[in-house]
Amino acid sequence: MTFEIPIENNPGKIVEVTIGATADQGGTRSRVVTVGGNTALPFHFFEGRHPHRPVVAMEVFDKTPAKYPDSLREYYQDVLDKPGEMARRCVADFGAEMVSVRLEGTHPEKGNRSAEEAVEVVKDVLAAVEVPLIITGHSHFEKNNEVMKKVCEATAGENCLINYVETNNYKTIAAACLAYHHTLVAQTPIDVNLAKQLNILLGDMNFPHDRLVMDPLTGALGYGLEYSYSIMERIRNDGLAGDRMLAFPMLITPGAECAKVKEARAVEKDYPQWGDEKRRGAYWEIATAMSLLIAGADLLIMDHPRAVEAVRKQIAEIYHSNEEGGHGALRT
Amino acid sequence: MALSGLDIFKLLPKTNCGDCGVPTCMAFAMKIAQKKAELSSCPHASEEAKAALGAASEPPVRLVKIGAGNGPEVGGETVLFRHEKTFFHPTGIGLEIRTSQGEDKILDDVRELEGYRAERVGEVLKADLFFISHDSAEKAAFLRAVSLAKANSTKGLVIDCPDEEALKEGLELLRNDRPAIYLRRPLTERDIEMAKTSGASLVITASSPQDLADQTEKARQSGLTNLILNCQGNGLGGAIQNNAILRRSALKKSFKPFGFPLFIRIADADGFESLAASAALLCKYASIIILPRFDKALLYTLFTLRQNIYTDPQKPIQVDPRIYAIGDPTPDSPVFVTTNFSLTYFIVSGEIENSGTSAHLVVCDTEGQSVLTAWAGGKFVPEKIAKFIKDIKLEEKVKTRKIVIPGFVAQISGELEEKLPGWEVIVGCQEAADIPSFVKSVNLV
Ligand code: SF4
Repeated sequence: MTFEIPIENNPGKIVEVTIGATADQGGTRSRVVTVGGNTALPFHFFEGRHPHRPVVAMEVFDKTPAKYPDSLREYYQDVLDKPGEMARRCVADFGAEMVSVRLEGTHPEKGNRSAEEAVEVVKDVLAAVEVPLIITGHSHFEKNNEVMKKVCEATAGENCLINYVETNNYKTIAAACLAYHHTLVAQTPIDVNLAKQLNILLGDMNFPHDRLVMDPLTGALGYGLEYSYSIMERIRNDGLAGDRMLAFPMLITPGAECAKVKEARAVEKDYPQWGDEKRRGAYWEIATAMSLLIAGADLLIMDHPRAVEAVRKQIAEIYHSNEEGGHGALRT
Repeated sequence: MALSGLDIFKLLPKTNCGDCGVPTCMAFAMKIAQKKAELSSCPHASEEAKAALGAASEPPVRLVKIGAGNGPEVGGETVLFRHEKTFFHPTGIGLEIRTSQGEDKILDDVRELEGYRAERVGEVLKADLFFISHDSAEKAAFLRAVSLAKANSTKGLVIDCPDEEALKEGLELLRNDRPAIYLRRPLTERDIEMAKTSGASLVITASSPQDLADQTEKARQSGLTNLILNCQGNGLGGAIQNNAILRRSALKKSFKPFGFPLFIRIADADGFESLAASAALLCKYASIIILPRFDKALLYTLFTLRQNIYTDPQKPIQVDPRIYAIGDPTPDSPVFVTTNFSLTYFIVSGEIENSGTSAHLVVCDTEGQSVLTAWAGGKFVPEKIAKFIKDIKLEEKVKTRKIVIPGFVAQISGELEEKLPGWEVIVGCQEAADIPSFVKSVNLV
């Protein structure tokens, strides 16, 4: 029986977004990162183009998060309060392709650090590593706006990924991104229509499409992963089918979400069937990351070095087998 | 592809003899099309008609059962994306046993996996299969491994044995156990005979879809229907793409040779890589995943992913309506109330835990709906909340008389207070993420 590969030619294409800027481009990064550009479902090399691999970022903080998991402390204990050094370790030792600087400590109830202090932290990390940065804020609108404005200004020209704006609070930060040339994350809570609506609102501000990344919100494995998974699959399907307001690269945050999950860190002594907690901490992040990569994630912010290593290795292997032109499907 | 009434009519004798209990062939054809009658009621139907109708009623992906006891039923899927409907038959997860590992190790592995059980949101998580791979030179080692697995386990068995004599004897040992035979090399007539006489399923392996189609077609033509397909190609990228191609061909093109469950064997690597590959393939159509090593943490993680991906998206997972202790609550700790939509429960309980406060979380039965939906649908309203609180005898279990309701239903606070005499109803925050700051800003004790 003759078999023909059922190819789907998608009319849509995911927007290509570049983050970071080299000296020529007005920044100080040694390299930039580009995501998107796909014309088919994730890893479907047999029917479309996938010019850029998904990118793995790792995260540093201006203030160590409450309940920081022990499985991560063993890798970072001595640098947890030194974001620059922690960033250097993430890049040099653990293979981070970008660094996210999380400014949680500026939240009025979590330290209330000033915008100026936040700028210092970001500058410290910029000086410590040469990869592009993600600047991650929080949900306190007023304070976040103040901090992000200052950070955008202080890093003008670096084309950082400013993470994030939401439907009820996007104008100030989006305007700062436009003024100082940064790229932006539009975050919405696990819903296709809300995601689309925010992208339209940003479009109405003339926010350029090639500077926009979507975050449809990550649920960790066991804690809403299936919702994130299906929303992301639907967004990617719609984007490829030609809905331009959904055809953006997607960001996920397996690190921060899994760090909150008790099942990822409770010790085997208390829960014998859950197995070795050291491995489990990484496993939880790997399962979250791999399933959401399959659903369409382009940019991942992760925490666990072993998880980063395994996920990057699999991404490399998948893309490599394609570059060789050697995967089984096309050997018909 | 379903046939129309007219298509079916064309296949009937058109004599209107009425022996089927319906006056005309046309009326009978319409009944079949509506699934209100079956072709077998017409004693005069031709072989050709039976074959055509049989093919049309075949499911797009066959359901195959491995094992007699607790073995899994796999396949039977109807959609490519879980959001289109749901995935029905959770991936069967198994462990590879190599006969060269020696009897002690084999027995250990069999007992470990057989004994593994965990519970998660009301569901028992356990493995489904053993994959016995004969990689030593001794026939006795293979037969011993088969006997050990049979004697110590109720799970389904897949056996892989290049030595045909040993395989036949192994099948004899498993006479009533409906095992599956994994074929390392292309399918032969002898394999087909063996499957027919033993009742075993066949796992057909190939490196490309075309090669696979040729083999599967041969098996189908000889009447075999319990087939499982293994086409992993080159690395994880090849496996993901091949699975996508096979499943899409079966569901979208009605390509029958690929209308079977898909089998994946995870290469032996460190656990991190094994899990990464397993997780990706569990999402993309693996009906069976065979793991190289027993690792509890990996199993628990993969079972949780399976639970997530195979949840019916139209029917959210519900948690048991009752009082949950978050942290180490005392009778004076505050009470929070919410709905039994699993996601709501997880997020609220997680954020209370994050806040560092211990509390009692009262989870009301809202049939799995979230706060606003349940309120709008009359399932999370003062009357029902108050009744539930009385039913669970909350007043006897705690000393506090402060109860926090979700900020989204602030409007019910007055009425709820009326229905719960002696209680102070406090309106909480709207977003669970704000619970840590909420508990800091409000006096709850
Ligand atoms: S029994 Fe068969 S031939 Fe006779 S009327 Fe019914 S369908 Fe037609």
